[in-house]
Amino acid sequence: MFGKLTLDAIPFHEPIVMGAVGFMVVGGIAVFAALTYFKLWKWLWTEWLTSVDHKKIGVMYLILAIVMLLRGFSDAIMMRTQLALASGGGPGYLPPDHYDQVFTAHGVIMIFFMAMPFVIGLMNVVVPLQIGARDVAFPYLNNLSFWLTAAGAILINVSLAVGNFARVGWLAYPPLSGLQFSPDVGMDYYIWALQISGVGTLLAGVNFVTTIIKMRAPGMTMMRMPVFTWTAFCSNILIVAAFPVLTVTLALLSLDRYIGTHFFTNDAGGNPMMYVNLIWIWGHPEVYILILPAFGVFSEVVSTFSGKRLFAYTSMVYATVCITVLSFVVWVHHFFTMGAGANVNAFFGITTMIISIPTGVKIFNWLFTMYRGRIRYEPPMLWAIGFIVTFAIGGMTGVMLAIPSNDFVLHNSLFLIAHFHNVIIGGVVFGAFAGMYYWFPKAMGFRLDRKLGVYAFWCWLIGFYLAFMPLYVLGFMGMTRRLNHVDNPDWRPWLIIAFVGAVVILAGIVFQLLQIAVSIRDQKKLRDHTGDPWGGRTLEWSVSSPAPFYNFAKTPHVDDLDAYWAMKEAGQTQNHAPYQPIHMPKNTGTGVIIGAFSLALGFALVWHIWWLAIVSAAVIVLASIIYSFSEDTAYWVQPEEIEAIENEHQREVAQYGGQSALGEPSTQIAPEHA
Amino acid sequence: MTAVDDAADTHDSQEEHHDSGSTTTLGFWIYLMSDCILFAALFATFAVLRGNVADGPTGQQIFELPFVLAETFILLFSSFTYGLAMLAMGEGDRKMLFRWLGATFILGAAFLTMEVYEFHHLIKEGFGPDRSGFLSSFFTLVATHGLHVTAGMVWMIVLLIQVMLRGITGVNQTRLACLGVFWHFLDVIWIGVFTVVYLLGAI
Repeated sequence: MFGKLTLDAIPFHEPIVMGAVGFMVVGGIAVFAALTYFKLWKWLWTEWLTSVDHKKIGVMYLILAIVMLLRGFSDAIMMRTQLALASGGGPGYLPPDHYDQVFTAHGVIMIFFMAMPFVIGLMNVVVPLQIGARDVAFPYLNNLSFWLTAAGAILINVSLAVGNFARVGWLAYPPLSGLQFSPDVGMDYYIWALQISGVGTLLAGVNFVTTIIKMRAPGMTMMRMPVFTWTAFCSNILIVAAFPVLTVTLALLSLDRYIGTHFFTNDAGGNPMMYVNLIWIWGHPEVYILILPAFGVFSEVVSTFSGKRLFAYTSMVYATVCITVLSFVVWVHHFFTMGAGANVNAFFGITTMIISIPTGVKIFNWLFTMYRGRIRYEPPMLWAIGFIVTFAIGGMTGVMLAIPSNDFVLHNSLFLIAHFHNVIIGGVVFGAFAGMYYWFPKAMGFRLDRKLGVYAFWCWLIGFYLAFMPLYVLGFMGMTRRLNHVDNPDWRPWLIIAFVGAVVILAGIVFQLLQIAVSIRDQKKLRDHTGDPWGGRTLEWSVSSPAPFYNFAKTPHVDDLDAYWAMKEAGQTQNHAPYQPIHMPKNTGTGVIIGAFSLALGFALVWHIWWLAIVSAAVIVLASIIYSFSEDTAYWVQPEEIEAIENEHQREVAQYGGQSALGEPSTQIAPEHA
Repeated sequence: MTAVDDAADTHDSQEEHHDSGSTTTLGFWIYLMSDCILFAALFATFAVLRGNVADGPTGQQIFELPFVLAETFILLFSSFTYGLAMLAMGEGDRKMLFRWLGATFILGAAFLTMEVYEFHHLIKEGFGPDRSGFLSSFFTLVATHGLHVTAGMVWMIVLLIQVMLRGITGVNQTRLACLGVFWHFLDVIWIGVFTVVYLLGAI
């Protein structure tokens, strides 16, 4: 009836795990009770959970990403605490069995359930608005994508309370991840959480590629697309091209585990190194899936807050496309030590170094955009400048690792850990925060509190350097990754500095949570009346904040790269009366249902509860078929409703507008933050 | 705004951009390309593992080419009948559309039956997917194609019902066109399977 599942699966004997589970349960009950008390269930269901509005789906992605950031960061600070304590010969407080689960969960959660939802969330909020579209190409699929991602995220958190998680590192190399060395359910949680969310990501990729190709406003040629849209486009092409490989790799691993095939086993003709090749054929494009949209965010931010058109737009686009193509021919640099031979390693070493050229082009483009610009140090710009410095350092250590002979020394050392956190935190995470601060008013209608944002930035920046620069040193001193306890006294001071860095980052996160809370409290004061709080250049700033659900009362016509800037310079108003009816998609609960049963399917497969797996799979197929029969999937918005919304916006612009037009600084930076 | 916008009004009046035919078809093509990469990964896996027989049988010892050739012709012929179904759809001839879709379905079912028979036979002989790396990759590649054919047949039934209920509407035409692309795509994949797995394996 319950497969392998028994009450023993709940780890009552582990106080740390039970504490975390208790915290999650209490939090869940509190949210549930609050929703019931304030009678918000219906509102939540109709306005959010079943919404096909790309902006709301984007916000849900961002909420998921932030919650998962907290989970992933808890894992991180636990590891740093453990190593600070256990570097003097003591055992620390995390036994190896638990520690191995923690570092695996940290990597998986941060990449798949923090970074991915964050960038896909930003794309959701921004891309349709930037290209002058009313929604994405397939709004229902968009909702489904989110729910599949959420189902994967929930499944990975269930593993904390029921059973255990994998102890294999974030990419789960066999034979360690095979049945022989990982016989329990942790590895199965890993597989099914990633498979379910992977399907969601793939659908999102198909959706956005189609959206960007087919739904641009008239006049917006490819070379007039905003850079963020370009990077989103390339990133989604990478999703479509790379994620099927992840699906196959994990499917083959699960066949090894479930029906005894010999893809990656040591015996009977299996080949574990094939797994390593396959997973990195997906894995290297994956890091560009994350970083390209961050590059796009910085391009928008640097241009807006320098009050200048982006320097060398064309080279920026070509650099993005170059990186997209090159990202598929560098994967072997993740395992130079495999023994592929000098020629193979030389080839991949050279391709890796070549990638730094288009990346360097981008860095110089941002610097030249700032050169002689009228720079405003708003928080997104602070993140951008912090990024340029930090990412340049991470890029240089990357070129060091790209030299195969160096890699033989540095492989799996903390130098590597320092390098990839240097580019992922300094690139993706800073980009995500810059983007969130920058587009927050467009999604929510009010700005985030500036002062707390500045505090958060400095904590993150300083904390990052404290936490990760020591890891470079430790790498040179010979410390390898994934150690549970060490007894080398020379390493101890550096590990303690790294721990202090993690605490400073924690302060940054606390400031960010405070910032969101304070901004919600002060939303009247922080309200963005004009829809253009930063003196923006692209189409998303031409509509009100929050953007009306139909986005554009009248589809805009684009004549220039910085479309909205050109409209402002030409003195065009955004009054489009008389209005035409607008055709919009209707909300649907099918995505929620399929997501819920995907979660049940994943859980059933983890615990070998076959009847539940069959029922869930059947419900998923049936729900999809039933949805395909529904004809009533769209409706018309009437001109009167549009007119009322637009008139209200016009009135606000007339009352408050003017002060931020054409990039006049709306707020001056206080000297102490400069 | 400006006079140029009058030209854009045609865009405005075509507000039904959601799931409209050409967008759906393009989206489906993009999905198919991702499916193509999925098969590419499985082909690559097979190419790496095909020699790893682990003292088990080689392809030469277990493949029966005449049987597989018959399978191949049945599947190729089902693409032809699907093409005839699309011609019938274009003429608005519902009866012929049903007939040719029915013929396609039967051919697909025959193909699947033969595949299942081949698998059953091999497993009974002790040459199942757990026998060697070669057989693991063989079964997975061929069965993934078979699962796609099964999904295509379920989809065919759903579309038959939808055409029966609503006739040859624009939405149904787009869906039939997508299924057609899917079905032909599976043919192309099968030609790859026939060549790489069976023909090269039998040498």
